[in-house]
Amino acid sequence: MHPAFSVVFFTTATGAGYGLLALLGVLGGVGAIPADFWLGLISMGLALGLIAAGLLSSTGHLGRPERAWRAFSQWRSSWLSREGVASVVTFVPAGLFGIGWVFFGHTGGWVAIAGLLAAIGAVVTVCTTGMIYASLKPIAQWHSRYTLPGYLIFSAMTGGVLLNALLQFFAIGSNTLLAGCVLLTGLGWGWKLATWRYNDRLEIPTTANTATGLAGGTVRSMEWPHTEENYLLKEMGFRIARKHSVRLRQIAQLLAFGLPIVLLLAAFGLPWLFVAVLSILAAVIQFAGMLVERWLFFAEAKHTVTLYYGR
Amino acid sequence: MTCLPAHTDKRLGLVIDLDTCVGCQACVTACKEWNTGGHMAPLTDIDPYGGNVDGVWFNRVHSYEHTTEMGGRTVNFPRSCLHCETPACVTVCPTGASYKRASDGIVLIDEDKCIGCKLCSWACPYGAREFDTDVGVMKKCTLCVDRIYNDNLAEDDRVPACVAACPTSARHFGDLGDPLSAVSQLVAERGGVDLMPEMGYHPTNKYLPPRAHTTRAASVPAPALEPVRTEGGFLGWVDRMLSN
Amino acid sequence: MSQGAPRGANSAPSQRPLADTRAPDEGDGVDTSPDISDSIAKTTCYMCACRCGIDVHIKDGKVRYINGNKDHPVNRGVICGKGSAGIMQHYSPARLKKPLLRTGPRGSGEFREIEWEEAFSIATERLSAIRRTDPKKLAFFTGRDQSQSLTGWWASQFGTPNFAAHGGFCSVNMAAGGLYTIGGSFWEFGEPDWDNTKYFMLFGVAEDHDSNPIKIGLGKLKARGAKVVSINPCRTGYNAIADDWIGIRPGTDGLFVFALIHELLKAGCVDLDYLLRYTNAHVLVIQEQNAADDGLFVRDAAGNPLAWDRMAKTQVNATDASAKPALTGSFTVDGRRCVPVFQLIADRYLQESYSPDMVAERCGVPADTIRRIAAELAHVAFEQAIELPVAWTDWPGRRHETIKGRPVAMHAMRGISAHSNGFHTCRAIHLLQVLLGTVDVPGGFRFKPPYPRSAPPGPKPAGRHVKPMTPLEGMPLGFVCGPDDLLVDEGGTPLRIDKAYSWDAPLAAHGLMHTVIRNAWAGDPYPIDTLMMYMSNMAWNSSMNTVETIAMLTDTDEAGNYKIPFIIYSDAYYSETVPFADLVLPDTTYLERHDCISLLDRPISHADGPGDAIRHPVVEPDRDVRPFQTVLIELGARLGLPGFVNEDGAAKYRDYADYIVNHERTPGIGPLAGWRGKDGALVGNGEPNPDQLQRYIDNGGFWHHDFSADQRYYKMANRSYLDFAVQMGFIAKAEPIVFQLYSEPMQRFRLAGRGHGRVLPPESERSRIETCMDPLPFWYAPFEEAAVDLQKYPLHALTQRPMHMYHSWGSQNAWLRQITSQNRLFVHHRTAASLGLVDDDWVWIESINGRVKGQIKLVDGVNPDTVWTWNAIGKRRGSWGLKDDAAESNRGFLLNHIIGDQTSADKNGKRYSNSDPVTGQAAWFDLRVRIVKCAAEEAGFTEPQFERFQQPPHFEPAPDKLRFGAEFRMKREAAE
Repeated sequence: MHPAFSVVFFTTATGAGYGLLALLGVLGGVGAIPADFWLGLISMGLALGLIAAGLLSSTGHLGRPERAWRAFSQWRSSWLSREGVASVVTFVPAGLFGIGWVFFGHTGGWVAIAGLLAAIGAVVTVCTTGMIYASLKPIAQWHSRYTLPGYLIFSAMTGGVLLNALLQFFAIGSNTLLAGCVLLTGLGWGWKLATWRYNDRLEIPTTANTATGLAGGTVRSMEWPHTEENYLLKEMGFRIARKHSVRLRQIAQLLAFGLPIVLLLAAFGLPWLFVAVLSILAAVIQFAGMLVERWLFFAEAKHTVTLYYGR
Repeated sequence: MTCLPAHTDKRLGLVIDLDTCVGCQACVTACKEWNTGGHMAPLTDIDPYGGNVDGVWFNRVHSYEHTTEMGGRTVNFPRSCLHCETPACVTVCPTGASYKRASDGIVLIDEDKCIGCKLCSWACPYGAREFDTDVGVMKKCTLCVDRIYNDNLAEDDRVPACVAACPTSARHFGDLGDPLSAVSQLVAERGGVDLMPEMGYHPTNKYLPPRAHTTRAASVPAPALEPVRTEGGFLGWVDRMLSN
Repeated sequence: MSQGAPRGANSAPSQRPLADTRAPDEGDGVDTSPDISDSIAKTTCYMCACRCGIDVHIKDGKVRYINGNKDHPVNRGVICGKGSAGIMQHYSPARLKKPLLRTGPRGSGEFREIEWEEAFSIATERLSAIRRTDPKKLAFFTGRDQSQSLTGWWASQFGTPNFAAHGGFCSVNMAAGGLYTIGGSFWEFGEPDWDNTKYFMLFGVAEDHDSNPIKIGLGKLKARGAKVVSINPCRTGYNAIADDWIGIRPGTDGLFVFALIHELLKAGCVDLDYLLRYTNAHVLVIQEQNAADDGLFVRDAAGNPLAWDRMAKTQVNATDASAKPALTGSFTVDGRRCVPVFQLIADRYLQESYSPDMVAERCGVPADTIRRIAAELAHVAFEQAIELPVAWTDWPGRRHETIKGRPVAMHAMRGISAHSNGFHTCRAIHLLQVLLGTVDVPGGFRFKPPYPRSAPPGPKPAGRHVKPMTPLEGMPLGFVCGPDDLLVDEGGTPLRIDKAYSWDAPLAAHGLMHTVIRNAWAGDPYPIDTLMMYMSNMAWNSSMNTVETIAMLTDTDEAGNYKIPFIIYSDAYYSETVPFADLVLPDTTYLERHDCISLLDRPISHADGPGDAIRHPVVEPDRDVRPFQTVLIELGARLGLPGFVNEDGAAKYRDYADYIVNHERTPGIGPLAGWRGKDGALVGNGEPNPDQLQRYIDNGGFWHHDFSADQRYYKMANRSYLDFAVQMGFIAKAEPIVFQLYSEPMQRFRLAGRGHGRVLPPESERSRIETCMDPLPFWYAPFEEAAVDLQKYPLHALTQRPMHMYHSWGSQNAWLRQITSQNRLFVHHRTAASLGLVDDDWVWIESINGRVKGQIKLVDGVNPDTVWTWNAIGKRRGSWGLKDDAAESNRGFLLNHIIGDQTSADKNGKRYSNSDPVTGQAAWFDLRVRIVKCAAEEAGFTEPQFERFQQPPHFEPAPDKLRFGAEFRMKREAAE
């Protein structure tokens, strides 16, 4: 699949944003994170900013973005529509929570409920995003049991690491939080490795034989229906060389998981400034790493239409 | 409405005979010329005379070499929308632009509702949908919905353009939901198959497999030739035959 | 709703409209009955030479849609990939806009626009001077046009013998091989009996002529489950759907066929009765080694060939229907030893050298496969014979209660034709057909009227006496029957610029257009002044040895004058040849002009009856262009050519349409056969009818006559058919057409090669003539194969025409070029592996003539000793309205660059044209190559490259985007 930047950024940013929002909603609502105006403003701003930027970016993938409002209509069948609805609906409790928690400095009560609802909305939205991909049968690497948990785990991981960075910056972080982030990042790493392992061993029942209905033996493409690349090949015929894939997987692992874990572990017991810098660094590097991971998520996904082209 | 109809009155579709298709591209350009002025007009061509030419087409013909232990065969393979019974291209559509008609089962796009998210093309395993970057909407085979019911066409022209054009009669059209229809019987008789049945989309269109190297192949039960046994060999045989 | 009677080819129950075509009440707002056209014009397609009937739907003055005409006898409603893309041809950005006069050096593409009046006066002045002094200094060669009865007649009236169309480099071997043997030919002049055949053999056909009829026919065979066997090095297209694909080595089909004949003869599987009735198998041939008439037929005083009557034990007129002729034996007539033709056939093909085991390796076909095919042929022909319950009467009046047939049909085309042994190979296939008794019988190969004609048909070529201001005594092209008919002078020097009908190519029935540029450049046999050409891309894909051809077109003498002094060229599009013209006459597209597809030329008949057709303007030109035929007629009038002016010197014809209606070749016979006579009541023969074109238009653009059931088979000997053919002017007398298995005209040439006769070849030509003019078909290695080091050039290289392209035309077509804009070289996997090549590698393809670079694609479906590519995809930058980055001129390549236009020098140092020695047919497929992986820095682009052509004045750059059809929708929606 063609790794369009608009979509790579969209899923990465909203994943992190909803992760952060969910954590803020739950922890802020119950007062586990104190209602501090600047912390609140920056953290809610970051969460909603990432979400908004991601959603905005996703419209860059649309041929007719001015009609994007129509996407709310088909929630009964379409995960994309559900995602649209969920993302917008989530803004309501998230906004209420933000007002209560940031501007009124409240915790508990209706703010906690709004926070909880925002968190539920965030989780649901991330689920719908994951399901957009997980539901696509023609792409075996996506249509697997790894996709949806992956989206949730990475959302929690990037959201958690972001939250840690924010709290550490405001000097209200904790080793527990640090440890949580290390664990989440480790979980993310493990999940990604497991996903890759699964994908690399995937035996896809759909072959050039089933694609053409020609049973048995080999089916080799002799000529394409067109000489130059068409929409199908540009959109779904993306190919990544094995060696590039290996290299990028290494880079993704280093940036998204390896370095953040090292940085977060290194932060244990260090003075505030160091912890804060290392935590922010971990979050930024992880985000960059997740962009690479997401790029690979698309680039390594093989659509069945490529079988028709002998790819 | 992108929920699928529980039942369609008809299952209109195509039957494509791979045993007969010579890969002449007739169905391809007949489709292009009809549809570029038809229901989804135009089928835009970008850089039509340059090095990156890329146009929208509803029907494409590949060629393959199929080799089994029985032998090899070149197979020309037309590929277009299969008007599936359970098409995910419809259900994934967030706007209701993509839909399956309850009356005849044709899968269509309502261009005015399409936001160009391309998800339907991702959901289609067959590559049946092509994006028109010029207008930002997805386009696809309409099964010539603007021909098969068209009062402005002579009655016997009311078939899809590809079927009308096909010089080798390799394309057939009809109601595949009716087991008694001519197309359904053809499929039964020739062992027609679904493409990627494992996807579970239940394509309406069927493909008739090539017959060479199979038990369905045309064959001549000819015994080996034996030299004439007449005295004088062949010339003697000629003489004998002429004197009879 | 009721279903009308099915019309057209695709009318099986599974291809018909729904039983109820009323739109269902879906409620989705889809307009299921949009208005399509303001009018439908029925005319004839010209996207290739197939001549299908088309319905052109016109909306708001634009072409909305083109579909096949269901009533048309050629295509019966279907249309091919090219035909449907006609819109894009009609609106091509490469269309010429106005007459052009060269301003820069030849080949640069620098022109200025001129008015038609200036164009006419330049041409008239030049041609008039030629005609006053030496008319043969005009060489007039037309390409793929379909108006040769006009253009040939024009040349004849002008007085130049130097006329031909493109047949010499197309498939004259098939035409001549057939016409000299059975009086008809494959090509599009005959067709398999698609409805009755049970076994179909296809030799070397890659979507050539008759493309839709063949496809319709194959569809019928497939629907019936008849067996299809293809003999072709490449397994694509028609060959892909064969039940049996025989991947033969190129140029060895003749051997393969002889091995089949060998097997059939040995097993006594020949139709003796058929041979006796319809062929010269029983005609007696003189056997006297050194006699001047050795090998000629024994004839009576009246010139009738004789046979030996087995019962009467004496010679009889071979056409005596009551005789009992012998087919074998040796007899003495008037003291001369003679044997029947069939004896010679048996003697030759029963030789062990023609056995399957002996030819298998050379053909690349296992001996067992050859034996199996022979057995299948015999089985179907003799055990599955068919009879149609129709009574008919043969030429001597014998009534037959049924029509018997042997349901084996064959078809062959360019794969046979384009070799230097193609003429004999074609004759070999006809011999095989005739031995099986399958020509013009139910289930066999059938003639299309006006064929069959006598083998060979008349008349002979004119051009021996060229005089100023004097028309030729006949048409420039015809059929020779012996050395006396050749167009050579006393010393044996050719009289025609292309050397047709000379010792180089005695049976050159279609001329040798492919030799004209070299000969004109070399002044061999004489210099010319003006080369006038129409619609043939001679500076690119229609020539062999492109690089040198281009050099010859632009070469100058010491004084700086072009060696070919003046070139006039007419074409509708900016092809690679236009820039080499001094004067360009822009033609219209096929939707903007009149044409006739005439029985005098290449009609649209099918085996069940004759037909012809017209084109008529269905849209107005938006440029200052004129139909070439109309221009030629006006030029003829301005020159005062006898047939083109009235006695008062005024133009006889207003334009081509006027000519089509009013021209009479002989009294009562004109270009169109339908609706003749003042009131249009006559067929074939009658006065001109002023309303004739309208009658054609009213009838869908064509005329067709259906034979009665008893006229449809055995046309070579069917009394009812022969009478009809005489009435139509197809043949002069209602006499049977005798298949010439043994060709006496060939033997006359052979005798000249031995020094007998009045007109003799130069000493150096004699052995070649004696060898090649064998009266019975034989096989020899293609010349290039025989001449080159096969270790060094181990591969055959072929081209095929993609089904969606016609020569070079397709690349200017926005739709067709999307399908193929780069051609690959297809190489067998095993061959590639042995050369260390992998898929997508770039290679040099090298022959003795040069090298060209292209990209390979590995396949299994090809003879392993053969590589091939699609023809004419490679384009020169600056032509055809393409942008500079188009794949055609960057990655596509032209194999022509490495096909020599001459053979290697023989022992006398003579280099012949790279052609069949009998007919002069260009031997495109003799090419031998090797392929070598190119250096890494050489990969990715084709070579050789040529300088980009300048664009003619007022050429707009090709658009970046096409939204064809959007306007129709907008208008529809606005109306709602």
